[in-house]
Amino acid sequence: MYKMFAGVLLALGVILPGMALAQKTITIGFTTSETGKLNADAAPQLRGFELWRDQVNADGGIKAGGTQYKVALKHYDDQSSAGRVQQLYTRLILQDNADFLFSPYSSGLTSTAAVVSEQFGKIMITTGAAEGKTYKLGNRYLFQMYTPADEYLTSALQAIKSKDPNAKIALVYSNDGFSKGAADGAAKAAKSMGLNVVLTESYAPNTTDFGPVINKIVSSGANVLIGGGHYADGSTLARQLYDKKSNLEFISLLVAPDIPKFASLGKAARGVTVPSQWEPTVAYKPDFGPTPEQFREMFQKKYNTLPGYHAAGGYAAGLVLQHAIEQAGSIKTPAVAKALNAMDATTAYGHIKFADGKQDHGLQVGHDMVLAQWQKGDDGKLHSKVVWPKSAANAKLVFPLTTYHQ
Amino acid sequence: MIFDLTASVINGVLVGAIYGLAAIGLTLIFGVMNVINLMHGATIALGMFSLYLLTTAVGLNPYLAIVPVLLGGFVFGVLVYWIAVHRVIGSSDLMTLLATFAVNMIIIGVGTAVWTTSPYNVDVSVPQLAISMHGYTIPGTQIVAAVLAVILATLLYGLLYHTRLGKAIRAVANNRAAAELMGINTRWVLAISFGIGIAVAAGAGVLIATLFPFTILSGANYELKSFVVVVLGGLGDPAGAMLGGIVLGLIEGVTAPFVNVSWTPVIEFTLFVIILVLFPAGLLAFKWGRK
Repeated sequence: MYKMFAGVLLALGVILPGMALAQKTITIGFTTSETGKLNADAAPQLRGFELWRDQVNADGGIKAGGTQYKVALKHYDDQSSAGRVQQLYTRLILQDNADFLFSPYSSGLTSTAAVVSEQFGKIMITTGAAEGKTYKLGNRYLFQMYTPADEYLTSALQAIKSKDPNAKIALVYSNDGFSKGAADGAAKAAKSMGLNVVLTESYAPNTTDFGPVINKIVSSGANVLIGGGHYADGSTLARQLYDKKSNLEFISLLVAPDIPKFASLGKAARGVTVPSQWEPTVAYKPDFGPTPEQFREMFQKKYNTLPGYHAAGGYAAGLVLQHAIEQAGSIKTPAVAKALNAMDATTAYGHIKFADGKQDHGLQVGHDMVLAQWQKGDDGKLHSKVVWPKSAANAKLVFPLTTYHQ
Repeated sequence: MIFDLTASVINGVLVGAIYGLAAIGLTLIFGVMNVINLMHGATIALGMFSLYLLTTAVGLNPYLAIVPVLLGGFVFGVLVYWIAVHRVIGSSDLMTLLATFAVNMIIIGVGTAVWTTSPYNVDVSVPQLAISMHGYTIPGTQIVAAVLAVILATLLYGLLYHTRLGKAIRAVANNRAAAELMGINTRWVLAISFGIGIAVAAGAGVLIATLFPFTILSGANYELKSFVVVVLGGLGDPAGAMLGGIVLGLIEGVTAPFVNVSWTPVIEFTLFVIILVLFPAGLLAFKWGRK
């Protein structure tokens, strides 16, 4: 009897401290595209998540209700495939017991993950996913960090209107959900601004030869081009526009020009603009977390490269979740969701506010886009400069490009 | 409209010549050893990255780089043949399909680890050869790449039809058992044919990389086009593959002014099915319904 009692005490002695330790860790689950076509865009987003985790843990964790929670990230490679996302988010919730979720990269994968997260009632902060459709399906626990896709090209259109109100616009975009959403939004915005769209053309996302598309742009008489898609097609289109001397006065492409590697296109990159969720040179005054400058320095110190908006979005997703948990004083889903619904704050990534109506719950309504342009600096190298809106600009928009390229 | 169409036709022929060269590698391997090579796309991508390394690390002229890539591709192809393909030759089609698919996955996996899936770009320009007319420009790089593709295809045709090795390859393709009875070492002929097929695919990768940015996954797109091209030209027929490539390029170019370009793949693959039904032996066979 005595031995049995001692055995039980010993077992409790081993198990209980372990249980107490486990309660002080929150697990955030997500998938990321370590392989497959989305790898280039997903990698910086993962770095953003990891930088945030390292800083939170170095500061002792997240404080909620008198408890310090260390952050553990649990992630898997989704191979850029929606099938894997569905499988792995189920695993993250059921087997890995994730307390909260981050989204995968891309609108397509996120819409798949959202089905699972909603089914199990888990909060998912989405980043790298701009398509707005997912937030109009009555979801309750999704919270979007990115400005929705249909507003992506608005800043480019405003810049065009200020420089050439009679511009002939070619709207050429990849036939995927995000790019189509951005193009549809741009078409509506152009109409309301009284701008003239002379060509609307979509192409398959895996297009490599843009010769036929560029011939159509020339035939249409367009002098400005807006559109594009993701990195692979966008960089290919930019190079062929230059090789084929398209003589466009303004080019604005989605996503691709915002990745630092775009500069490797050399002259073909010069003058190309990109609607950007965030740029390292922005000057937001945050209500919590580091300033944009501090974030840029920390990121550069850890990864030896400047952060783009994918990385900033990832970092800010962590920051926003942390702030909501601290405000809620709990890690329980309803309390944290309530804090997220009430959020109206500025971070290093910009202003954050989520729609809380039933029709569009979780849609990002606070964050603004900027327009960046690749310009040749005094050192002869290409630099990405913020050129629009004028209030956020650190360089003048180069318009038209025809003389700039000569 | 007439200038638009002319530019589209020229663009189609030039791009089509490269599609043709890429498909020759696939059709040669199928014709000689009845293997559907699912590592074809990965090999094209390896050719692209070889060009990148040879121009950035070694500083070689992009067009001269094609020689070492062809040689390297040949050696790589022979090695892959002995390691992964030889043992399954003669077994079911599924086995050879899986063997080449496995090598494809290895190349893509290693390539992703080394280069990620970010696009790479080789800065090539030949402005003195560019042709401009009424706002439409055909870049010099496109002209050079198409000319080189035709030269390589012609050299390969010469090898197959005017050399002893070529005769041996064609003999093995026609009847392996009979070729063996005539004293031909068919094992080596198969290995050499596989090596040539891989070398040609890598060479096509080099030419494509002088035109467009590329990732380790870019080859898959050309692999798919190569299947359409070999069906157009007839499985196992290198001359037909070149013709098929140009036809495909023309379809892509000429349909663009009339329909939205996102419909191009739909048109291509509809054509694929129609050709399979009406000309199963390829356009050069001209025999309706022949099997």
